[in-house]
Amino acid sequence: MLIATALASVFIRDLFAVIMVFGIYSLLSAGFFLNLNAPDVALTEAAIGAGIAPILMLGTLALTRKKWDPEPHAKKSTHTPLLPLIVVAITGAALVYATFDMPYYGDAEAPSHTHVAPRYIQESGQEIDIPNMVTSVLASYRGFDTLGEVFVIFTAGIGVLALLGFLSDGSGRKYWQFADTASLRRHTVLHVIAKILIPLILLYAFYVQFHGDYSPGGGFQAGVIFATAFILYTMISGLQAVYKIIKPELIYWTMAFGVMLYGVTGLVAMFMGGDYLDYNALDHHDPIHGQHMGILLVELGVGICVAAVMMSVFFNFAGRGIRLPEDTKEGGQ
Amino acid sequence: MSVVLGLFNYWIVIALMMTGFYLVIATSNLIKKIIGLNIFQTSVFILYISIAKVKGGAAPILEEGTELYANPLPHVLILTAIVVGIATTALGLALIVRIKEAYGSIEEDDIREKGGTT
Repeated sequence: MLIATALASVFIRDLFAVIMVFGIYSLLSAGFFLNLNAPDVALTEAAIGAGIAPILMLGTLALTRKKWDPEPHAKKSTHTPLLPLIVVAITGAALVYATFDMPYYGDAEAPSHTHVAPRYIQESGQEIDIPNMVTSVLASYRGFDTLGEVFVIFTAGIGVLALLGFLSDGSGRKYWQFADTASLRRHTVLHVIAKILIPLILLYAFYVQFHGDYSPGGGFQAGVIFATAFILYTMISGLQAVYKIIKPELIYWTMAFGVMLYGVTGLVAMFMGGDYLDYNALDHHDPIHGQHMGILLVELGVGICVAAVMMSVFFNFAGRGIRLPEDTKEGGQ
Repeated sequence: MSVVLGLFNYWIVIALMMTGFYLVIATSNLIKKIIGLNIFQTSVFILYISIAKVKGGAAPILEEGTELYANPLPHVLILTAIVVGIATTALGLALIVRIKEAYGSIEEDDIREKGGTT
């Protein structure tokens, strides 16, 4: 199934269909992850691959193609399929050859299971006392990695902001000062359904955020789900309505605040006598309680940062859409 | 037979990876290239999660009476990688939007033609 959808994205020429197929592909791979006992990963992939990614791609499509003309490519392309096909076949064959040295699927004695994993599995119950090992590894044992990842997300958010957030006409005006375009506003059914769904989505986001210690979930997934609620609201009610609730500046501040919360938690641990991001130091009498507090704060920081970045990215794309009609008008004059 | 079953997941991964790779190098449309990159990326995710799987193991959430768990470490790596992936994808898409504004096209051939004249 996965291969079928992946191949479909090669052969379909209509970009809209390709993006839809890609969404299906992501949803299928989320199911695949669940099958491989990775519920956390499946949750993330479902929220992102099948939710946010197609929305962003459709946004790009809408921005880059004013009319929906299918493939205006009449002249001969310089891209012939033969050479890439040969390259791909050779690389694939080499990789297949390499798999013969790999440990078999599901082998409990494979090298990847014999180094640090046993410690995480056996000790995390006493050291951190959180049932979900993925959360404890993510936020505590591998806190540095995760901090780095959060920084990457933050940087990408800034990058999108720098590329799309400001108009290039040099006037310094920002995109949200322009008129509103919400073509969906008149659809009553959509409106009512969205009104029912949005509080539930927000509630679920909070559940995923704060129950991440016990069940699959955590800051990354919660942030994405939280952002989804706002994206849905934007699509239904338009950008201006959203900006009445949250100012864009506020989103940018929260973006930074999330990263800061993570970083400062580490610093506080340092000031209280531990190493950086060593949550044991947060509570000298009860290190496990310190771990719980540290993980909660760090996950909160991750969630806030991810939610803010996703919202800011989407709003930037949506904001560009407002501007383009004016462009075409100017071009026509 | 056991060779086929034991390595089947890796071969799926390679097939997906090569599909993504082909999309990246063979298509001229930039959005399709990004989709190709995403398929490539997902194939790497599947590779990691396949490695993490332990036959008969449970999901890595501590429970009474369960001894065998899947390896939590690759799960953590991939979970964060997915979110980072979407952030970088968004950056790529933003670049595409700007390229369209600057060159009026998202087809690589057209862009190359215009770049040559300036």
